[in-house]
Amino acid sequence: MTLADILTSLFPGGHDVRNDDGVLSGSGALRSGGRALVVGIADRTAVGIDEAIRLSRYVLDSIASGSGPILVIVDSDSQRMSKRDELLGLNEFLAHLAKCLIYADIHGRPAIGILYGHSAAGGFLATALATRVLVGLPGADPVVMDLPSMSKVTKLSIDILEEKAKSTPVFAPGLQNLAQTGAVHLTWDEATPLADQLEALLDDLPDARDRRDALGKERGGRLKAADIAERVHGLALQTR
Amino acid sequence: MSAGQTAKASPDRTGSWYEASARTRVRLLLDPGSFEEFIGPEQREISPHLKVFGLPEQFDDGIVVGRGLLDGAPVFVAAQEGRFMGGAFGEVHGAKLTGLLRAARDLKSISVLLLLDTGGVRLQEANAGELAIAEIMRAVIEARTAGVKVVGLIGGRSGCYGGGGLIAGCCSALAVSEQGRIAVSGPEVIETNRGVEEFDSRDRALVWRTMGGKHRRLLGGAELFSDDTVQGFRDAALDLLGSVADFGLDTLKAEQARLEDRLQRFGACPDAIDIWTAEGIADAASVPALPADQFIALADQVRRTSRDAR
Repeated sequence: MTLADILTSLFPGGHDVRNDDGVLSGSGALRSGGRALVVGIADRTAVGIDEAIRLSRYVLDSIASGSGPILVIVDSDSQRMSKRDELLGLNEFLAHLAKCLIYADIHGRPAIGILYGHSAAGGFLATALATRVLVGLPGADPVVMDLPSMSKVTKLSIDILEEKAKSTPVFAPGLQNLAQTGAVHLTWDEATPLADQLEALLDDLPDARDRRDALGKERGGRLKAADIAERVHGLALQTR
Repeated sequence: MSAGQTAKASPDRTGSWYEASARTRVRLLLDPGSFEEFIGPEQREISPHLKVFGLPEQFDDGIVVGRGLLDGAPVFVAAQEGRFMGGAFGEVHGAKLTGLLRAARDLKSISVLLLLDTGGVRLQEANAGELAIAEIMRAVIEARTAGVKVVGLIGGRSGCYGGGGLIAGCCSALAVSEQGRIAVSGPEVIETNRGVEEFDSRDRALVWRTMGGKHRRLLGGAELFSDDTVQGFRDAALDLLGSVADFGLDTLKAEQARLEDRLQRFGACPDAIDIWTAEGIADAASVPALPADQFIALADQVRRTSRDAR
């Protein structure tokens, strides 16, 4: 689905979402009444300091003046890899965007990620993964790191990495593998109007507690994380 | 030197933070004999994923988490071992930190010290590592929302890269030494993707002045600069725990303003030296060679970093 198709299917009652050089902002009418804030990244745009600061501005302005859920619609590259972005503190800009989304989510503005294309690494952490529920659309193709960079860092050849990727879900790119770890909560069906699926999600929205580790255990993609976190949590709570 | 022998004596904190292991940092940073570990190496909770790549495991999966006392006050501590898998976040490694932060959130009253030393996601278990970082970021924000102070101390071999840089950006405050590089993309990753003309990863001076602790302090990306000693980081941790403000919507608005102001003032600067010059440092080219005490005096003169805008 193209971005235009997705927005039309999500908001049959109309929307005013703009795409300015890959940065999405606007809102859409919800069938149940009210509006959803829409922010996001389109056209596989890298998430750099200039993109992140605009997105966090939209979220903060909406916290001050709006209500309703926040949809984070993503087809991004990784973080922008450049001297300028790192020189000016890209880590702070990406963290700030994630903080704004998570803060909003905790304070009555549930954040819902919709991944319809690519996303990777720091760009993924600052947007789609900083939400309460992440929805995948068929064709979404998230990766943690591109194989050439991975090859450089791990000192393994791209051939070996591609071979391992076929047999090792915890390492391999792709929507299905990330869903198994608990990162992607559900996948929507393109044949059904997205508005129906959004309303169903909003009607039965989980609370703001982060249960992605439990989901990863249930799905067999991350067997240890939930138990280890719970054990440390229990031991630490004995502190008085 | 065992913990028993040094329990009463004041420990020697003059040694290098950079050279010390995660366990040594924790032992020397906290009050003598006060540290108690959660899920220590004796429990052998190793990564279930490294053997697929024929890589050796470590019994603590490269992170030490627990509680102790800092100047008599209880704190939670997590320390990454930068010499094991570059301190990278894997499934078990990350889950230990997530559990610690969730406990801090629920208790509301105990501060957390994060001794970050990491290259980011452990790529051999990339999906689990990426998601662990997302969970940690959320847990930091939840803890801070509940009133917990989360202070990052950065000065290790692996620096603080990738998702580690994003976690650092979520902390209440940071102390960094010259060696404590903070960035998202590492020098080699930028060079691989964009070419040596964009970033020459073998130009060490360029790496330090773009990502190193002095630049982060001058830019406002870290609140305090510390000498590369355990004592330096202990003093910085106490200072920050005593001075960071509460977290809320006003914090986020102040951070938005702080970062917008930075873009406006320095967005066209091609190099760190241009930024330092624009900050009003007369001889900016001399900054990389300045000893810690002189640098701290200079930094305090040109930039009083706000403690309520992160």
